[in-house]
Amino acid sequence: MKYLVDDLETVEMKAVRDGFGEGLLDLGKRNEKVVALCADLRESVRVEGFSKAYPDRYIEVGVAEQNMIGIAAGLALEGFIPFAASYAVFSPGRSWDQIRVSVAYTHSNVKIVGGHAGISVGPDGATHQAMEDIAMMRVLPNMIVVVPCDAEQTKKATLALADYKGPAYLRLTRSKTAMFTNRSTPFEIGKAQVLRTGKQLTIVGCGPVLYSALMAAEELKEEIDIEVINMHTIKPLDADALIRSAKKTGKVLTIEEHQVNGGLGGAVAEVLAEQAPTKMLRLGMNDAFGESGDSDELMTKYGLDKDGVVRATRKLV
Amino acid sequence: MPRVNLPDVALEVRKNIIKMLAFAGSGHTAGAMGSADLFTYLYFGGEVKVRRDDPTWEDRDRVVLSCGHYAPVLYSCLGMAGFFPLEELSTLRKLGSRLQGHVVRHIEYNGGRKLAHDQLPGVENTGGPLGQGVSIAVGMAIAARMKKQKHRVICVGSDGEMDEGQTWEAYMSAAKYKLGNLIFIIDRNEIQISGNVSDVMPIESVGKKLEAFGLRVKEIDGHNFEEIGSIFPWARMYPDQPKAVIMNTTPGKGVSFMEKNYLWHGIPPNKDQAIEALMELTGGGQNEVLG
Repeated sequence: MKYLVDDLETVEMKAVRDGFGEGLLDLGKRNEKVVALCADLRESVRVEGFSKAYPDRYIEVGVAEQNMIGIAAGLALEGFIPFAASYAVFSPGRSWDQIRVSVAYTHSNVKIVGGHAGISVGPDGATHQAMEDIAMMRVLPNMIVVVPCDAEQTKKATLALADYKGPAYLRLTRSKTAMFTNRSTPFEIGKAQVLRTGKQLTIVGCGPVLYSALMAAEELKEEIDIEVINMHTIKPLDADALIRSAKKTGKVLTIEEHQVNGGLGGAVAEVLAEQAPTKMLRLGMNDAFGESGDSDELMTKYGLDKDGVVRATRKLV
Repeated sequence: MPRVNLPDVALEVRKNIIKMLAFAGSGHTAGAMGSADLFTYLYFGGEVKVRRDDPTWEDRDRVVLSCGHYAPVLYSCLGMAGFFPLEELSTLRKLGSRLQGHVVRHIEYNGGRKLAHDQLPGVENTGGPLGQGVSIAVGMAIAARMKKQKHRVICVGSDGEMDEGQTWEAYMSAAKYKLGNLIFIIDRNEIQISGNVSDVMPIESVGKKLEAFGLRVKEIDGHNFEEIGSIFPWARMYPDQPKAVIMNTTPGKGVSFMEKNYLWHGIPPNKDQAIEALMELTGGGQNEVLG
């Protein structure tokens, strides 16, 4: 099979955050140790369903992300599995020290959920577009970082993170995006997923923006044979899968809704520079803040749509 | 817990603090010395339930140290209570020691990453960056209620710590969730690292503020064991409300040249100062030497 995704045109559109909401609700039933915390955004980050079904296991902290993380750590020290959710700009944005000390260093079993990440947040503008959160979390010892690509994968990731013992960051996006994996698509923390095999260039991406990569690979298929890898776990990075592909194709393009510094592109560059130097290009935000606009308009303006990936691919070739 | 003479124990606690800080060559003296009577009561007063041979016993009272720079007083009490060999106190802040500069709690999972050092038994939280323990205590108190457990969560913090907005976030949430199993003890020693609290950032009227935030407030003399002991029967009278105890103390208590001097917040005694301090603590004249 050449493509993990068969039909790129008729995919269902669904928001990543909805996959999280479904996963969390499912966990409520499966595992009584799972508790949820939110900072006045439970509808927005889809904790609402859990909070209604399991009100005794839901803690509303108000607009206080630092306290949310501390309370989550206290609950984790007592054996619970807390999912602490807010917008990524607020948590980890405002709660990084609490995460560093009370979660990462303490190795408490807290799952930090950063919603509304990336430029695709849209009209709210740059204050609310988290473009730095992967870097902030990736640098923390003991922390793992998961950026699922669609709603289906997000649900699987949510369930997997409850089983994983230790601190974790789960990154969510707001808009409805293409659901290009399905129920039978495997998901394993730390194991990269080859969405499309190719021989001449590798695109490594994370999050819903991978759909742009898949569309671009299809458009360019007569010109260049592209491999697309879903690096849904930024940490621990699947270095074996990355190096194998990089050695095969000799060119690596990274794509993410994040600053090119310190995020997936940074992580890939670190591994390749040390272990398999490869010509590469990082596609993402170039050391800049975003702005208001529709999600699609912003993805186009900042080169993260299909055409942007096509341009970047040609530049790298 | 055997019956002990609390003032005698507190004196030993203070002597240990002076010795361990002098050996370490760095660390925070004033707060540890000032809160030595409180910690003596917590670990030797017979009220607080902890087990040295089963430090993670499920029904123990949780003593959270939010002002993590008070580590020497906690270590001194834990060591004297038999949680670890007393000789280890002299390893404070040394490479490889379990007695880190600030308190550390680290949870081990199968395959999980380990600390650079071993875990010191009896420590409930990681602390140092101020305000964090206050929230952790709220989480522990919520957890105890969810699990229908009867133990208490006792969180020791400091007045300077209240500059951190997180503490007030945590107080509000403790009141919202009516955490009657939670007691905040705030060391009101009126100093912080760069000056007197009233100069650096005035916090008065702190009692009224805490009341306004929904806490039941009591003020005590932190050097009077009877008053420290009165916290617990008082706390039991209000099962549906979190408590805040404003504990007035003298920073550096017991050593005249340290008392009420903010310059002793973040420094240790040198060898001569330590000998002088130990002589004063033991009534002078005795040949109390380091080690």
